Amino acid sequence: VENVRLLDRLSSRKAVLGTLYLTATHVIFVENGSETRKETWVLHSQISSIEKQATTATGCPLLIRCKNFQVIQLIIPQERDCHDIYISLIRLARPVKYEELYCFSFNPKLDKEEREQGWKLVDLSEEYNRMGVPNNYWQICDVNREYGVCDSYPTEVYVPKSVTAHIIVGSSKFRSRRRFPALSYYYKDNNASICRSSQPLSGFSARCLEDEQMLQAIRKANPGSDFIYVVDTRPKLNAMANRAAGKGYENEDNYSNIKFQFIGIENIHVMRNSLQKMLEVCELKSPSMSDFLWGLENSGWLKHIKAIMDAGIFIAKAVAEEGVSVLVHCSDGWDRTAQVCSVASLLLDPYYRSMKGFMVLIEKDWVSFGHKFNHRYGNLDGDPKEISPVIDQFIECVWQLMEQFPCAFEFNERFLIHIQHHVYSCQFGNFLCNNQKERRELKIQERTYSLWDHLWKNRADYLNPLYRSDHSQTQGALHPQIAPCNFLYKFWSGMYNRFEKGLHPRQSVTDYLMAVKEETQQLEEELEILGERLANLQKSQLGDNKVKNKQQDRSKQSGLSTSNNSLANTPQEYSNDLKSFPSRSPSQGDEEDSALILTQDNLKSSDPDLSANSDQESGVEDLSCRSPSGGGCLPSEDSGKDSDEAVFLAG
Amino acid sequence: MEFAELIKTPRADNVVLHRPFHAAVEGTLCLTGHHLIFSSRRDDNAEELWLLHSNIDSSEKRFVGSLGTIVIKCKDLRIIQLDIPGMEECLNIASSIEALSTLDSVTLLYPFFYRPMFDILEDGWSSFLPDQEFELLSSVTDEWRLSCVNREFSVCPSYPPVVIVPKSINDDELRKVAMFRHGSRFPVLSYYHKKNGMVMMRSSQPLTGTNWRRCKEDEKLVNATLRPGKRGYIIDTRSLNVAQQARAKGGGFEQEAHYPQWRRIHKSIERFNILQESLIKLVEACNDQSHNMDRWLSKLEASNWLTHVKEILTTACLAAQCIDREGASVLVHGTEGTDSTLQVTSLAQIILDPRCRTIQGFESLVVREWLQAGHPFQQRCAQSAYSNSKQKWEAPVFLLFLDCVWQILRQFPCSFEFNQQFLIMLFEHAYASQFGTFLGNNENERAKLKLPQKTMSLWSWVNRTEELSKFQNPLFEANSLVIWPSVAPQSLQLWEGVFLRWNRPSKYLDEAQEEMINIINYNKELQAKVNVLRRSLAELEAGTRMNQNM
Repeated sequence: VENVRLLDRLSSRKAVLGTLYLTATHVIFVENGSETRKETWVLHSQISSIEKQATTATGCPLLIRCKNFQVIQLIIPQERDCHDIYISLIRLARPVKYEELYCFSFNPKLDKEEREQGWKLVDLSEEYNRMGVPNNYWQICDVNREYGVCDSYPTEVYVPKSVTAHIIVGSSKFRSRRRFPALSYYYKDNNASICRSSQPLSGFSARCLEDEQMLQAIRKANPGSDFIYVVDTRPKLNAMANRAAGKGYENEDNYSNIKFQFIGIENIHVMRNSLQKMLEVCELKSPSMSDFLWGLENSGWLKHIKAIMDAGIFIAKAVAEEGVSVLVHCSDGWDRTAQVCSVASLLLDPYYRSMKGFMVLIEKDWVSFGHKFNHRYGNLDGDPKEISPVIDQFIECVWQLMEQFPCAFEFNERFLIHIQHHVYSCQFGNFLCNNQKERRELKIQERTYSLWDHLWKNRADYLNPLYRSDHSQTQGALHPQIAPCNFLYKFWSGMYNRFEKGLHPRQSVTDYLMAVKEETQQLEEELEILGERLANLQKSQLGDNKVKNKQQDRSKQSGLSTSNNSLANTPQEYSNDLKSFPSRSPSQGDEEDSALILTQDNLKSSDPDLSANSDQESGVEDLSCRSPSGGGCLPSEDSGKDSDEAVFLAG
Repeated sequence: MEFAELIKTPRADNVVLHRPFHAAVEGTLCLTGHHLIFSSRRDDNAEELWLLHSNIDSSEKRFVGSLGTIVIKCKDLRIIQLDIPGMEECLNIASSIEALSTLDSVTLLYPFFYRPMFDILEDGWSSFLPDQEFELLSSVTDEWRLSCVNREFSVCPSYPPVVIVPKSINDDELRKVAMFRHGSRFPVLSYYHKKNGMVMMRSSQPLTGTNWRRCKEDEKLVNATLRPGKRGYIIDTRSLNVAQQARAKGGGFEQEAHYPQWRRIHKSIERFNILQESLIKLVEACNDQSHNMDRWLSKLEASNWLTHVKEILTTACLAAQCIDREGASVLVHGTEGTDSTLQVTSLAQIILDPRCRTIQGFESLVVREWLQAGHPFQQRCAQSAYSNSKQKWEAPVFLLFLDCVWQILRQFPCSFEFNQQFLIMLFEHAYASQFGTFLGNNENERAKLKLPQKTMSLWSWVNRTEELSKFQNPLFEANSLVIWPSVAPQSLQLWEGVFLRWNRPSKYLDEAQEEMINIINYNKELQAKVNVLRRSLAELEAGTRMNQNM
């Protein structure tokens, strides 16, 4: 469709004219501008909602909201075209079969062997070995070999050594969806562990001997402590309501030596609504400070993030400081339980704060233990009530920790944002389906590629320059501030206003420091070479003209760190009062504007790091997810740099 | 008056000092004329706390049995608690603190007694003189002149003796304009934008009153700053409503009929007690550890502090935009032209002028646009967030300005030569200092107090290499462009460095800062080494070639 206008959300006057294409996998908008022909690519799987608004004189507006928080506003000249696009997108954004998803057609041009290697990057049995199991207290059990006991669990599960198949099966029958207690994390230093399960089917009075034996066994697997914590991550009221349905929570009288604890994290429906409310605040046009803060508070989002963090901190403390094992559950044990277990593991073990370790953590606590990715993130058309930003919240918890402990993580913010993007993109097979059983049936590993391999290959883009493996923040457990420090929790505009570049800091400390580090490495190499040459020269006192050439190369490179400093930007609409003023002549003052844009374009081409930052969409798409037909194009959206128009004149 | 009269108990032992995030320490408390000194008696690493009495915003005492407790709240927002055994000692100390922290006379303050322990390389009192500034200006334009019309502060008591005005306006005309402006603050040059020759002027409100009085000389002066055929903007920092009301009291604004080449824009920047209350509420919210997440956000919102930040920044951006993008000259004023006006003109310069983002340049900006421009520091900074006296003239105007600078610094972390420590240092010294720089309300008062002769300038201390190194931003790389900050709520944050400084452990953030410096220093070190090697290699090669040639 031609002559479509793409609106800038921040300033209604800044619209660009272009052509809209629909392909089997993407919506593509190509600007008409003769030189740049900027493109915006949106995967169908990223589309969360499409809204057709009332036709105006200029055309028919179409609003596309994406799961990665991009909002695209189009105006299509013909009502009929708009309707057709609307109908097509509705269908395309809601695939009904897995085979329709992008990962089955996506081909990064890797051969079979490379693909298999990619899937081997994260190996969970290796991970359990790293933790120190199996050992005297823990064993791998194969009762779930054919998913015979629990179809949402992995085939390989670790349980206390003293536990027999009979106990496991018995316990599983007493647990919601048969998700029996299994090991999530083992803390080598003191034998304490984190186990996870679903709620017991206790109702008002039911008991299960095997389940009681199971918890007993977990306690005994930690000889240093004479009790275990059972943490129910639900609000007490919710848990009690479940009793009426024959479910519920552990009765301290029936289980010997447990300490039972509620930690009120709200359910997926509350979280979905909370995110919705927060996004509405993000979408407000020129909100006042009060609108924003009031809306943020009203959404409750940061309160929920803090609740999850507090639960993780509680468990990490119990394990590391008290040496007590913890059993965590919620209702089904695949949402809040996954969040809390992974936050606790991240706090306890510096390995999970490394890039590889973080991949392992998501693979362990989320993918293998049957977090329902398909339902929660709406990959296939399904019940909208199942959708909820569960892993988004975990990812935000990590970001909040990164803000508090800037040296503790090997990866940077961009890494988190890209993982979030791919949870929804369906470009890689990792997060397809609801559990391991379904993925095996679909033969995901043979038919799709692994995200971890893709991220790992581009790891230079995701490094935190402040991370050092011998730094004190990378040793041992992290101890975040607890309870009253609410002010530590901040709104994450890098995620939720990800595509509004104008709102973010215009210069990135991370990128700057990475450039410095890169230059430092070059200097180190040069120092060595120079040292050798000098020694040789002194020895032989013979000249070598080649050195000179080398020198010149180097001096060119040493300008590197200075180049990424001057990011162009333009003023926002600071006032509506200017509108009555006659617009300046177009020739005036453009000299500098164009100079500004040149600066950034130069940067874009020369520094992949930076381009990924100034345009995350391209950072993701450009490297890998071009559709087979689409040629070398930079899909992009960038509110920050492209206008040398007098934006402030807009009304 | 002798300070000794106010100090009945100069020393108390076994005093316990409590601070947030520090273990309680036992030690000795001493009172001197200007300081409260606490030193712990721990064997090897003796710890000392020196607190200026003038830094104390409020103090409270209470007793449990004979154990007295004094809670001291400081202007830099810190709160400490001293447990003093003995009721009499405690009472004496409390009343001394009360008296010494509320001395009436400026000349009793510490700057008049302070003797520096460092060598003065450059006297800060003469570091930033108007003549130097004018020299810079006259190298690019000859349309302006330095006027000494205010030589004995005879025309405008709150202006400096020399000001920069359009060349075409003579001193007699200036005197007439002064009669037409509130507090005689006639329009003067604030900033000249080299790129396009546009200027920013500042003044106070015109005294138009209810019957639209006009002043031909004022119109001439204002128009003299315009290029032929060009228009300018008047940015009034008050809402139209407030400006209208000002007419009833003899004030007012420039009517379009009389200033046809100017377009007026009204913005609404708050002043005086509204700002003071905002600060009090904000600090209260930051110190209140008892509430949950919801209450924190609503208290932050209710303080309105960030709203003020947003409003001030937006107005400054607007002024900068008129100058740089519209190619128009700008006149900024509010009512008196000593508060919101200066916030706007100084922030606009930070946005437009790369020089103001250097340490020297920023100091010069503070001197020109705040001290010489007559911001009444002594009145505004008499009390901080813990004051209970509700004086109308106290207001955190300068702190808000620093906060806005921090917001821009956060968005452009590589474009400033200084770091946030520099801003925090200025905040501290504006409220309590051993230096005379921020004493007095204007140059007139400073001259009467003979501050340059009797006190040390802050700049003499800061601009030494040892001190400067603490305030340098390791990420700085000169950026000659105009920097446009975002003023969206998502882009503005609470300035933790000031408001949460004493309420959270900063260890991990400090470590990150340190790491950053290490990375950059190591890089510089290597660069130096490589350069040395390159040179000696080149020399050796040259030598070898000579040998070969021989």
